[in-house]
Amino acid sequence: MKTGTLKQVLLITDGCSNQGEDPIAMAALAKEQGISINVIGVMEQDVIDDQGLKEIEGIALAGGGVSQVVYTQQLSQTVQMVTRKAMTQTLQGVVNKELQQILGGGAKTMEDLPPEKRGEIMEVVDELGETVQLEVLILVDTSASMTHKLPTVKEALLDLSLSLNARSGSNRFSVFVFPGKHKEVEKLLDWTPKLESLTTIFSKLKTGGITPTGPAIKEAMSYFQQKRSLRSLLSRDDEQYFEESI
Amino acid sequence: MMMNNTLKSLSNLSPGTTIQGKWYQKQYTIIKELGYGANGVVYLVRDSNRQAALKISDNPSSITSEVNVLKSFNKVQGSALGPSLLDVDDWEQHGKQHSFYVMEFIKGPDLLSFIQQKGSEWLGVLMLQLLADLEILHQNGWVFGDLKPENLLVTGPPARIRCIDVGGTTIKGRAIKEFTEFYDRGYWGLGSRKADERYDLFAVAMIIVNTAYPRRFNKTTGGLPQIMGMVKQKQELAKYENVINKALSGHYQTAGEMRRDLLSVLQPRKSGASRAQQAQVKSRVQLHKTRTGKNSSKSKKKSHFLETVFLIAAISMMYFFYLYSQVL
Repeated sequence: MKTGTLKQVLLITDGCSNQGEDPIAMAALAKEQGISINVIGVMEQDVIDDQGLKEIEGIALAGGGVSQVVYTQQLSQTVQMVTRKAMTQTLQGVVNKELQQILGGGAKTMEDLPPEKRGEIMEVVDELGETVQLEVLILVDTSASMTHKLPTVKEALLDLSLSLNARSGSNRFSVFVFPGKHKEVEKLLDWTPKLESLTTIFSKLKTGGITPTGPAIKEAMSYFQQKRSLRSLLSRDDEQYFEESI
Repeated sequence: MMMNNTLKSLSNLSPGTTIQGKWYQKQYTIIKELGYGANGVVYLVRDSNRQAALKISDNPSSITSEVNVLKSFNKVQGSALGPSLLDVDDWEQHGKQHSFYVMEFIKGPDLLSFIQQKGSEWLGVLMLQLLADLEILHQNGWVFGDLKPENLLVTGPPARIRCIDVGGTTIKGRAIKEFTEFYDRGYWGLGSRKADERYDLFAVAMIIVNTAYPRRFNKTTGGLPQIMGMVKQKQELAKYENVINKALSGHYQTAGEMRRDLLSVLQPRKSGASRAQQAQVKSRVQLHKTRTGKNSSKSKKKSHFLETVFLIAAISMMYFFYLYSQVL
């Protein structure tokens, strides 16, 4: 089985969007293009409001990703867990699709097989998770309430790159913040295999203003697409494979 | 860590609930909850005749992964690391399917409580057991990954350390699947998260540190200096300091190496020390001997001298009497 590139958006936020398109619709649109949207809700000791929680779960559900709400201190561990879980979930989808082709029309997924037959399939998924190329676009909410959480977010992202770079497959990360200085969304870091350069950029960040979550997701999608059209010239096979199978 | 909604509903199963396997129809009655983590909830259950532990999750792939690990553990002879696997199945509840597996119920206090109750001399013994188990595990191509006191129970008597959560167990050379920051060398900036023997040995050293700091501590400056600074502040860690240092800096290539070092710390140089002691005793005896020897030879010389003087005096006296009698 050939491995292609997994595309993920990791959205880190602490509340509800209040400007622009509906983020849940944007997440559904991203899913249609083979990009999964994962959301981490960061909260203080107090509880996140119901509406915020609903939106977080809704975005991940529509975006084919994973969501998790955590206290700020637990962010590092959660970021890597959510990313991993989302990878497994997507790869599982790919493998299930393959299974359906092999086993014929009867809508077979791994869960339809008896437990003892799942083991080998899971080994394939694990193997893919270790070797697949991964692209993670990180979207960080920098509205006013996030100000004192940003140092922890930075630590968590460095930790994420440590976790993912232990895999044998290659990784590329990019980081966007919303709202940006002049636009709704601003690019902080272009595609790079290492997130270390974040350390200096993050300390200069200014927070404040609105929370345009929907437009941020939309912008992220187009960034994947730009890259895809360039990359497809180089590695058409990989791209085709994943577009087909997701 | 907050749980998502399906996991929450799985963690609320009340005692007496029956879980029936979809594929093999075996029935399990819930006795109580034993614990929950990110990947599922563990219950104490009873099947027809015995108690067992049942782990249920809304995520079938994590259950399948863990079952894969447990199966390969069970194949390894002489390894007591993971619980033995009894059954794997699905359970349908309100039209939703959940995966579960049933394993041996390992009963006992966790590592830190056990040491608190029984005394710190148990720490060394249990770490030796753990390192022996890890060596077997490593030789079979696995790295445990998420080693921490909560995952280590002490059964017995006789006291025996066992691991209860294999969720982090990773094939050597791959990226560690699950970890806990305090025991993770990546968190401390002391290495990668690629699974190798040294990753587990780092965690073992941090478990030893943990016994002196039950509430753990957070990274400030990070790195070896911070951890070793904390180690030096605790008297009870003094004898382990060297072993901890070597394990944290990745000096040990195998669990066996670390075990040998730990053993020599716990049993202070039995052969070496006694030899040194014997040598000391020997030299002392020799010293004593030579001293008494010198004394006796001196007194002998003295007595010889007195003898000679006495003899000469006696003979000259007799000669004097002889001359005296001749003159008269």
